[in-house]
Amino acid sequence: MPAAIEIDHLSKQFRLYNEKFSSLKERAIHGGKLTYEPFWALRDVTADISEGETYGILGRNGSGKSTLLKCVAGILKPTSGEVRIRGSLAAMLELGAGFQQELSGRDNIYLNGSLLGLSRAEISRRFDDIVAFAELEQFIDNQVKYYSSGMYVRLGFAVAVNVEPDILLVDEVLAVGDAAFQRKCLDHVRRFQREGRTIVVVSHATDVIRQNCERCMVLSHGNVITVDEAGEAIRVFLADLLGVGKPEGDGGEGGGNVIAIGSVRTEHGGSGTRPHLYPGESLTVTAEVDSLAEVRDAAATVAIHDDSGELVFASDPDDPATFIELPQGGGVLHFDFPEVPLLDGTYSVSVGVRSLSDTAIYDWKDQEAQFEVANPGRTTGRVRMPVDVSFRVRSTGTTGEVPVVGRDLGTDGREPSVSEAAS
Amino acid sequence: MSIGAVGPAATEPDLPAAVDDSPLPARVTRATERTMTVVNGELRLGPRLRALWDNRELLLLFIRTELKLKYKDSILGFLWSMLNPAMVLGIYWAAFSVINRGGGIPQFAIWLFAGLLAWNLFNNAAMTSTTVVVGKAGIVKKVAFPRELLALSTVGVAAFLFVIQVGVLVIVMAALGMTPALGYLADMPLAILDLIVFTSAVAVFLSAVNVYYRDTQHLTEVALMAWFWGTPIVYAYGSIASLVARHPSVLFLKYLYVCNPMTPIVMTFQRAIYGKASYVSPAAGNTAHVATTLLPNLGVGGYALGLVVVLVASVALFLGALVVFGRLEGNFAEEL
Repeated sequence: MPAAIEIDHLSKQFRLYNEKFSSLKERAIHGGKLTYEPFWALRDVTADISEGETYGILGRNGSGKSTLLKCVAGILKPTSGEVRIRGSLAAMLELGAGFQQELSGRDNIYLNGSLLGLSRAEISRRFDDIVAFAELEQFIDNQVKYYSSGMYVRLGFAVAVNVEPDILLVDEVLAVGDAAFQRKCLDHVRRFQREGRTIVVVSHATDVIRQNCERCMVLSHGNVITVDEAGEAIRVFLADLLGVGKPEGDGGEGGGNVIAIGSVRTEHGGSGTRPHLYPGESLTVTAEVDSLAEVRDAAATVAIHDDSGELVFASDPDDPATFIELPQGGGVLHFDFPEVPLLDGTYSVSVGVRSLSDTAIYDWKDQEAQFEVANPGRTTGRVRMPVDVSFRVRSTGTTGEVPVVGRDLGTDGREPSVSEAAS
Repeated sequence: MSIGAVGPAATEPDLPAAVDDSPLPARVTRATERTMTVVNGELRLGPRLRALWDNRELLLLFIRTELKLKYKDSILGFLWSMLNPAMVLGIYWAAFSVINRGGGIPQFAIWLFAGLLAWNLFNNAAMTSTTVVVGKAGIVKKVAFPRELLALSTVGVAAFLFVIQVGVLVIVMAALGMTPALGYLADMPLAILDLIVFTSAVAVFLSAVNVYYRDTQHLTEVALMAWFWGTPIVYAYGSIASLVARHPSVLFLKYLYVCNPMTPIVMTFQRAIYGKASYVSPAAGNTAHVATTLLPNLGVGGYALGLVVVLVASVALFLGALVVFGRLEGNFAEEL
């Protein structure tokens, strides 16, 4: 498979000025000598992205992933090295970039489309598709400054996907709009994939990469850490994230080192057959614990964070079920969750053991192990909530109101709810 | 009545959301057949010029957008671009023909307007170009396109206003019964070409420099003011020439005027539109008729020669401006 994008020893240096002098006077005062520190946003990045591939670029904020995308898009010029691109390319770095607030949606479609490389004739031909996709038929001649942020973003996406480039660069813009629109965007990305177009997705969200990409590059401080199949790359990314991001001295030394938590592992209902678990399956967290002395008044704590660091769950500190007694020696602490009601995402598990008699924490392992939930259904959101939908005919009305049976639910002013299918 | 699951059976681990099953379009070409784009730190003038040409539709769109925004929400809209120069012409007529008498130049408003026509195009574009890249930071930071187009769009907008002003001038001249010097009108296309190329060079240069040195815009304002009075627009070149003839010590003035690319352009406008290179003051009292020279007494070819020199210089300046722009453009996205 020929490479659609060849990134060849690409480096990009930024200058971090100690103070930004943007007027002649200031430059003159400092004698033209500006003190700056060279900052390498990208260092010798080399990669081949094959044609028809969906390629992820994963990295934390400031890892250089957006700089890389901008270099590929031709917005920034590399300091050294080059990028060779075969075919037409469109970059979606920001939806609705270049929209003119004062102009109508119609004018902005032409402006934005032209910026992305469409000719006037092509835009005219696709105009109706774009408007329909954005669901803005009745507002298209209004100024975009009156649009809601959702309408704005929908219009931006509608133009971008209708450019139909050979190569599409996407920078974390997939997570826009309401669920229905997200679905539509995802369908469009899937269609692009089926049509053999090359897609490069930049994100710090592992689930976006896992769901969409075949291969993935992991960047850290401008260096390529790994280029691998998506699952493995995410593992490397998380290892790097936790290795670097762990604050020093997190977890108290208060209880001395009487109790030390060793490795923390997760196991789930589907372990052995697949790396991820499905919503509703069981999860077991185990932690190796070494105890130098017998401890009778300890309590175990378990907490789960999502990949953006938000706390999803933490056990109740007053729950007697978490109170444990540890004999001297080693053992394994088990946390059994019979059912995990979470939807898609990568979650980190923290385990701690604290003293019941005072506030001392014997040991705390922060976000030590991960587990991944992959939702096979089309439910979206954060948690799995089983829902039954029924329609009840009004029984009292004998005249006038004819019971509506068999009519499409959606036209009744109610959203047809999606019920969560049992896995 | 239970509806049950709307989503697909939840056993498929990967999501092959086959909602849109449109057939593959034939336009997805194989990579080997496609044109290759190379992004690197090098700067090549040829591809840059070609990119400008390839994106001419975008340039027109930028110009249209700018014009639309300019008169948006105003009741008279585009009529303003007509009313404005008409009013300016009226004010000049009132100020100079009635009150001051314009140093004696007959039909002074027309004389002035002829020179201003060229100057306004240059001045408008130069002034707006300084802030155009900074003002469009949103696009510049997020979309890849030849950014010179932004600078050129300011020239386009100025050129549009120029055309309107020409329309006003034609109407007023017809009303006054004045005729231009028909022979010299042949030099006008060349003069306008000079004006566009030279203005583009300045606009491209200023738009890039102002990203790095934001005081360019203020400096430009002052410089344009000085430049305006250094160009024979309000007064006639003839008065400078006769000054130099009387006092050879100020010969440098003549060179200064010759080096100003706007001088030949403005003088061609004046020669063609105003129609006369000199005028004769009527005898008053005991003085005889006095002939005053306004413009060099050259033929159509003489004016054309000056314009050709300016054209060569302007093209060179334009290419130079593209090089400067190209060097500075690489870091626009981080500077803005």
